[in-house]
Amino acid sequence: MTKTNQFFIEREQNKYEVVIGLEVHAQVTSASKLFSSSPTKFGAEPNTQVSLVDAAFPGMLPVINEFCVKQAIKTGIGLKAKINKKSIFDRKNYFYADLPQGYQISQYKYPIIGEGKVILDMADGQKEIGIERLHLEQDAGKSIHDIDPTNTFVDLNRSGVALMEIVSKPDLRSPDEVNAYIKKLRSIMRYLGTCDGNMQEGSLRADVNVSVRRQGDDNFGTRCEIKNVNSIKFMQMAIIYEANRQVDLIEEGKSIDQETRLFDTKKNETRSMRSKEDAHDYRYFPDPDLLPLEISDEFISQIKDEIPELPDEKKKRFIDKFNLSSYEANILVSDIDTSKYFEEVIKNSDVKLATNWITGELFAVLNEKNLEISESPVSSNNLSKLINLIKDGTISGKIAKTIFEEMIDGDKDPQTIVDQKGLKQESDPKALEELINKVIKNNTSKVEEYKSGKEKLFGFFVGQVMKESKGKGNPQLINKILKEKLNG
Amino acid sequence: MTIDLKTVKHISKLARISTDEKKANKLANDLNSIFKFIEALNELDTEKVEPLTSVADTKLRLREDKFEANNIRDKILKNSPDENKDYFVVPKVVE
Amino acid sequence: MSDITKLSLNELIQNIRNKKLSSTEITNSFIERSEKSKKLNTYVTDNFSSALEAAKIFDEKPNMDLKLPGIPIAVKDLFCTNGVRTTAGSNILNNFIPPYESTVTQSMWDEGAILLGKLNCDEFAMGSSNETSFFGNVQNPIGENLVPGGSSGGSSAALAASLTPVTIGTDTGGSIRQPASFTGTVGLKPTYGSCSRYGIVAFASSLDQAGPMSQNVKDAALLLEVISKFDNKDSTSIDFKRNKYSSELTNNIKGLKIGIPNEYRVEGMPKEIEDLWKKGIEIIKDCGAEIVDISLPTTKYALPTYYIVAPAEASSNLARYDGVKYGFRSEGENLIDMYEKTRSEGFGEEVKRRILIGTYVLSSGYYDAYYLKAQKVRQLIKKDFDNVYNNVDAILTPSTPSSAFKIGEKTDDPVSMYLNDIFTVPVNLAGLPGISIPAGIDNKGFPLGLQIIGKPFDEQTILNIAYSMEEKINFKNNITDWWM
Repeated sequence: MTKTNQFFIEREQNKYEVVIGLEVHAQVTSASKLFSSSPTKFGAEPNTQVSLVDAAFPGMLPVINEFCVKQAIKTGIGLKAKINKKSIFDRKNYFYADLPQGYQISQYKYPIIGEGKVILDMADGQKEIGIERLHLEQDAGKSIHDIDPTNTFVDLNRSGVALMEIVSKPDLRSPDEVNAYIKKLRSIMRYLGTCDGNMQEGSLRADVNVSVRRQGDDNFGTRCEIKNVNSIKFMQMAIIYEANRQVDLIEEGKSIDQETRLFDTKKNETRSMRSKEDAHDYRYFPDPDLLPLEISDEFISQIKDEIPELPDEKKKRFIDKFNLSSYEANILVSDIDTSKYFEEVIKNSDVKLATNWITGELFAVLNEKNLEISESPVSSNNLSKLINLIKDGTISGKIAKTIFEEMIDGDKDPQTIVDQKGLKQESDPKALEELINKVIKNNTSKVEEYKSGKEKLFGFFVGQVMKESKGKGNPQLINKILKEKLNG
Repeated sequence: MTIDLKTVKHISKLARISTDEKKANKLANDLNSIFKFIEALNELDTEKVEPLTSVADTKLRLREDKFEANNIRDKILKNSPDENKDYFVVPKVVE
Repeated sequence: MSDITKLSLNELIQNIRNKKLSSTEITNSFIERSEKSKKLNTYVTDNFSSALEAAKIFDEKPNMDLKLPGIPIAVKDLFCTNGVRTTAGSNILNNFIPPYESTVTQSMWDEGAILLGKLNCDEFAMGSSNETSFFGNVQNPIGENLVPGGSSGGSSAALAASLTPVTIGTDTGGSIRQPASFTGTVGLKPTYGSCSRYGIVAFASSLDQAGPMSQNVKDAALLLEVISKFDNKDSTSIDFKRNKYSSELTNNIKGLKIGIPNEYRVEGMPKEIEDLWKKGIEIIKDCGAEIVDISLPTTKYALPTYYIVAPAEASSNLARYDGVKYGFRSEGENLIDMYEKTRSEGFGEEVKRRILIGTYVLSSGYYDAYYLKAQKVRQLIKKDFDNVYNNVDAILTPSTPSSAFKIGEKTDDPVSMYLNDIFTVPVNLAGLPGISIPAGIDNKGFPLGLQIIGKPFDEQTILNIAYSMEEKINFKNNITDWWM
């Protein structure tokens, strides 16, 4: 599935392609930390979720969390990746205030998960992004620089929480692809329950590797790493700034230093991180307090049994079984909560209507009120009822929209609203015929005009009948009967 | 393999241990005699040998994912040089 | 009873159980003797008043079913003891009071023992003479101005001087066995993974092991029984079925095959050591065991391997001593300055040397040539032992290449100091159990030890061999109390 790249940085004489690789750090959903039994809840008071092991007291030792291992394997399966039955934990040695051990327990040469792939649905077709590897490692604590002018305050609550580092191959070529990739990765992990993907809480961060090259050049340019970007928007901004910076240097005949940079969100630019320069020599070696992690086939197959239907498979099923378009299916599977909602609704209701109402009216309300679908003011149960009322002709689609507005306030049962407000659609042919006869009788000149060829007037008559019926007329029936009367 | 003053300074920086000129020179000498002694390993052909990472004759044990919510902040902060009861306090990093 | 401090652990326990002595009496005796022995500089921190209180409580309601009922014991200052200062012999921890207890010491207190105090040691267990401690040198009770060995020098000296009935040390390259040899006492390093490392200040994680130090083999067996337990807080702790080391102790070693490794006959080995070894061989034969010549071809590479692996692990284990969370801090202008000042002032010269070696051998460009290479040689060393254990049950070697030397004699040349561990280091590299027992004296009258190395998890066999030999050797330590 090679697709032609559409994103370029252009200068007078040259067109440059941007090559992007992402190292995503995803916090593992688990009750306790990777190598200690401290809780992992977000937002606790500083240093209240810190054990002696987390704070690296003398004589403290790591003991690995089985569930975190399972979560990593699950994620690997979701990335269609190789599960390595033997992997090693290494120490990554460097000094920083929020790194109490003076090293981070990570995986260097032998990670738990090997090569895999993620498929993106882009506007002009699918694109496959290669995954290099996934490994488990400890998160660091938090350094707070702005409480005091001369000191930094350190909170170790986050120190030791399990992270999955997912390294992509340098297959991304545009900010749009980066957006799609992060969203897809996040979606897969949320489906699996291995990471909640909450970027505001820091559950998902990325280091962005950016390099540029002239269009047509097969070699990779020198790359720079932009560390710790915690929103997709910032990633995109950082990439654009950095790519332009590099292109400018090349155009001036200068070379690009391979370095680590930070994205300044206030100034919207990347700048060099001086303090990390001499930390490049991490002196990795296998952690002698641990042993190689060995996983059996049994362990892996037990985990495979727990894997739910993932977005790609679900999308295919929706298209095949329900005849949804690729576009519609994408929206419905993009987040696990959306697909759950949809599947609840269609248990008892028409698929087509459900698709339209969820992707249309419901999403509009959610966007307006800035809510997640899990916080939807209308439950799947009640939306299902509303759709059924439309399907069985009790109400028209138009009336349904009015009812929906009312349902939002307190998740009201649509049937109740119909009953209370007498919104039941008028579908009795005799009653409608009476109204239609009335309208025809009162608009004889217009009838003449219609009959002599002014076909557009049909809408006028429909409108008049609707008015007579106080909006409750069944539109399909009105159309049918009117046509008979006018053309007959 | 001779260890010169520049190397001593570089490794000292990596290890976050400062060292003055005089001490660095003595260190270079000590390290050189130690390394001469270590070089004996080059006599052995180890190309086909697997490195030994642990002599612990057992498999890595996996722990159950249960948390112990003992807030021991007081104990954790008690030994720290500063008297802050919520945080560890360190001088700022020069960025 | 001024002879109380001369009683063995087993004798003291017997006396407690048949109510001839109380815990308070025993504790008082050791405290009195310790207070008169400050010149030896064995204690870093004493726990005397708390010990007496604990003894009193024990005496009020003695539980005689416990294995160490009411017995006061001082331990190496590398074991974290709850509420009692733990320094690891270093300035960087000179004010550190752990809010937790090491698994090994807890197992002793659970069996009724009482903490007498924390014993001096080489800084972070790095040394072979107890001359690198921030708290000063330790004197060997054998004679004035002699080193007691290291790193468990305070332990071996206190034991030999009868300031504690038994003690526990740690052994990374010989730090229990070598000081045992220098002080005429018994020291055992168990199989790697036998005793939990949780709560022990780490030096080299793949080599460190805690172990008993005692006046005789029977006492060592009892203490080993107490401290050798599986611990789920240590991922390298091994869950194997432990023998009942003291009740299964026997002097019947008929039919056992004891290997004599050719390569331990090093160039320039003093004749006295050779003679001692020969003496040991005769005793073994006398006990009914068989002597077998064996070869451990990679022996001479053990020390260089150790001096790559141990410093490498140490350089990483000691990175946590940064002045941020606990211990000594030297103020700095910024974070890096604070780190550098803290660690330069907080660590002694030997520790700094080893951290630098370790940092270097792990650094970019050198990892393969040094660290990786050393781990491969370590595999070969282990294989050597695996091979010979197809034919023998245990191995007999000298413990040290000399008796206790003078304080200051070897401090200028790090390499000559390292050579002290030549016979003990291979045992740690291969993760095997090893015991040193006093076997004779040299022409200066100073004790010399013999080492018995065993199969993995077979502490019982080396204890039995040691027990048989001890009976025949009948070693008597000549302690004159010269320091009082």
